[in-house]
Amino acid sequence: MKAAVVVFPGSNCDRDCYWASHNIAGIDTVFLWHKERYIPPVDLVILPGGFSYGDYLRAGAIARVSPIMGAIRDFAASGGLVLGICNGFQILTESGLLPGVLVRNKSLSFLCQYVYIRVERNDTPFTRGYNVGDVLRLPIAHNEGNFFAPPDMLDEIERKKLVLFRYCDSNGNITEESNPNGSMNSIAGIINENGNILGMMPHPERASELILGSRDGLGIFESLKEGYA
Amino acid sequence: MREPAVTVKLAREHGLSDEEFGKINSILGRTPTYTELGIFSVMWSEHCGYKNSILLIRTLPRTGESLLAEPGKENAGVVDFSDEYAIVFKIESHNHPSAVEPFQGAATGVGGILRDIFAMGARPLACLDSLRFGPLSDEHTRYLFRGVVEGIGFYGNCFGVPTVGGEVYFEEAYRDNPLVNAMAVGLVRKDKLASSVAAGVGNLVLYVGAATGRDGIHGATFASEELSEKSGERRPSVQIGDPFMEKLLVEATLEMIEKGLVVSVQDMGAAGLTSSSVEMAAKGGLGVELDLSLVPQREEGMTPYEIMLSESQERMLFIVEEGKFDEAKEVLERWDLHYAVVGRVTDDGMLTVRMNGRVYATIPVDALVVGGGCPAYEREPVYPKYLDRVNGFTPDDFLPAISAEEALVQLISSPNIASKSWVFRQYDHQIMSNTVVLPGGDAAVLRIKGTGKGIAVSTDCNGRYSYLAPYTGAAIAVAESARNVVVTGAKPVAITNCLNFGDPYNPDVYYQFSEAIRGIGDACRALGTPVTGGNVSFYNESATGTVVYPTPVIGMLGILDDIASFITASFKQEGDVILLLGETLPEIGGSEYLKEIYQAVWGPPPSVDLAKEKAVQDAFLEIAGLRLATSAHDVSDGGLAVALVEMGIFDRENPLGFVLNASILNGFSEKEYHLFLFSESQSRIVMTCREEHLSKVKEVLSRYDVKSLLLGKVCGDKFDFGRFSIPVSDALDLYYNSIERILKGEWK
Repeated sequence: MKAAVVVFPGSNCDRDCYWASHNIAGIDTVFLWHKERYIPPVDLVILPGGFSYGDYLRAGAIARVSPIMGAIRDFAASGGLVLGICNGFQILTESGLLPGVLVRNKSLSFLCQYVYIRVERNDTPFTRGYNVGDVLRLPIAHNEGNFFAPPDMLDEIERKKLVLFRYCDSNGNITEESNPNGSMNSIAGIINENGNILGMMPHPERASELILGSRDGLGIFESLKEGYA
Repeated sequence: MREPAVTVKLAREHGLSDEEFGKINSILGRTPTYTELGIFSVMWSEHCGYKNSILLIRTLPRTGESLLAEPGKENAGVVDFSDEYAIVFKIESHNHPSAVEPFQGAATGVGGILRDIFAMGARPLACLDSLRFGPLSDEHTRYLFRGVVEGIGFYGNCFGVPTVGGEVYFEEAYRDNPLVNAMAVGLVRKDKLASSVAAGVGNLVLYVGAATGRDGIHGATFASEELSEKSGERRPSVQIGDPFMEKLLVEATLEMIEKGLVVSVQDMGAAGLTSSSVEMAAKGGLGVELDLSLVPQREEGMTPYEIMLSESQERMLFIVEEGKFDEAKEVLERWDLHYAVVGRVTDDGMLTVRMNGRVYATIPVDALVVGGGCPAYEREPVYPKYLDRVNGFTPDDFLPAISAEEALVQLISSPNIASKSWVFRQYDHQIMSNTVVLPGGDAAVLRIKGTGKGIAVSTDCNGRYSYLAPYTGAAIAVAESARNVVVTGAKPVAITNCLNFGDPYNPDVYYQFSEAIRGIGDACRALGTPVTGGNVSFYNESATGTVVYPTPVIGMLGILDDIASFITASFKQEGDVILLLGETLPEIGGSEYLKEIYQAVWGPPPSVDLAKEKAVQDAFLEIAGLRLATSAHDVSDGGLAVALVEMGIFDRENPLGFVLNASILNGFSEKEYHLFLFSESQSRIVMTCREEHLSKVKEVLSRYDVKSLLLGKVCGDKFDFGRFSIPVSDALDLYYNSIERILKGEWK
């Protein structure tokens, strides 16, 4: 399997994603500059966290019109795998590649902390290594991670089972207290209908080694890799 | 462009004394021009020129086998780390800007220290912030506190550096003049270490980054005077930070250095274009000529004076060979950065400033810099009378007014001791995926990818101790910051310091400063941790003349040779035995207990025996090396009782209680019980180990002649102190939620 990590100006989790994908999960990974208009022959494109173009307008709002995003649209349309983490998730919703939007945290402040998320499906290329109901401990670090969708869209998301991860407590219960940012239906990560685009706010790349306190996120990279073994 | 006439009066308004103005006249052999006066005033300000501190600072131990750069010569200290890498680190203050505009003041403080790190060719790895405010019950304090924390988070999170630690204290003395000290740590390949020494006559002076505006003009001078009623008018002196621009700058700077395109580089920090060009030229024994009409400007009609003194943020100055300019240009354009060649390196030793064909300044660069023409003053320190007044306290003078249980509950709920998680969760502390020990404990631990090694970093200072005993307080700041890294299993190797004091012409302040330097020097010599550099911040006083506590903040760097051997402060398993290393003396003076329970700041503070300190630290490092310690924590604010509770609840998701050996308390009066629990005696570490390892641990301790006391065992869901106990769940709630409750107005 081959992967590319997109580097926007202001991306700052690009090296972390590269490290987890390449050095830890053993996926052959390259960096991909935002001014490129073509995707090299890879199976997976990772949109990393950060503050693309400074995010002074709205998170992900400028990245969505960058040259590389046109290429990523085509890549995804032809079935290529796309993983957007944190700012990458924001870019995917801004681009319309995933439904909904990510608005400011309910607390109105930046939140960096460990959260628990529950795996809702394991019939996707991103989660085949997990069991449904598995509880993962991953860090979040964001200002705008509060998932919002109008009622109709939210219904559709649920009906089509597009929710891949939900915030939960350590036992897997979905509660008000375990929802860190006010996301509707405790949504932490969703996929598109075709199942090849995942956006998630928690950072699996920061939870891929025991020395960092959790390796619960490594399963995402390993799931992807196994699918291409 | 006509410039104002320069007079003695104008020089005074620039903060220059009459003698200094006379010296400028004799250096130049004429009256300076207006632009020259501005240049002298910022270069000779306390902030850039260290005129009241440099002679004392030079007495600090500044050599060591692990130091790779001469202190003060480069932008930050450089410490040997591995065959391939060195660690670069430095701390700096941004106190006055944060007092008038907390968000931007703190944000640009972070930006400034990060530039110092990547100007060395190092990628910033971590930030720490040492913060001091007035009482949290005060509304203005809450405004400053929220703004500063948000500003630090805003800048560091966007730039993409983890903020992994620091301290937050609330004391009356900082009410009007908060302290905001930012420390940054970076990693550099030794063969890519960049220099700030200009070289090569004819080489280009390349300006990169944000355009120059009128913001921050006289920031260095602002930092060099007391805050006053009019400080609000200084708000235009506070710069605005753009962390996205800084992120582009770090990438482009490191790429240019990596490609060998840079002769030397310095950031445009305090005194902007002036200090960066002058200091680089002076270090190289060369001159520099600048044509200001080439400087990117974001406002119309800027004068040479304004351009030279602007402190607009996110700007770097490079010296580049002409033949490599095209390649440099390519890098800068790829990162969409603005740049301009604004001058050349010359061999005449002069700073020559031109604009639109006219010369506005010609000054020998050497006349402007520390160690050259910049004045340096030293005065005889005079013992201040206040020290006798505040130091008469003995334990005989008090009777416990409340029970030990009530005192402990009050302490763990107090803003100085309660968890600062409200602060840390606003900082991204895990980005770069290196953070092994998260903020909240003694020191943060980071692994260095590809080396198997790690670093531990901590900042420390107890301003109250320093106020009560300037020498001892400063020595304790060094000792405690070293202990903070030692308890993670790291060996302390070097310090950086940020010396926050009042007006140096106030004899009391000058005494505090000189004693603090002596304390730092002695402690650093005893512990083998040389001073790699730092920053002096004088004039930390309010409009009404309240001087801050003398606050010499120490930033300590420790190295773990095997990252897998790191130790955290939380209890790990039931049945582990708890051991106190060091001795508990009846040292309640200067304590959090006296302040919190009695609202009293009485000295003397705890003493420190540096030989004993060293022995405790060395003994513990040997124990850690043998992998015998399951947890360890420094005993500091709030004493042993607080340290034990913290160990039980630091791992918030897996808290564990303990039971104290009741026999320890035999014969203790109520007062002795309080002294035992809340004394802040130094050189103490609480550690745990498996019971079967206890004899081995004791064997090591006896070899180092370190006394120890078997405190009890880890067990259960309550903290059993023999004469009372509190449920772990209560402690968790008080410790983790108190600050938020105060901020929400639920508590006073």
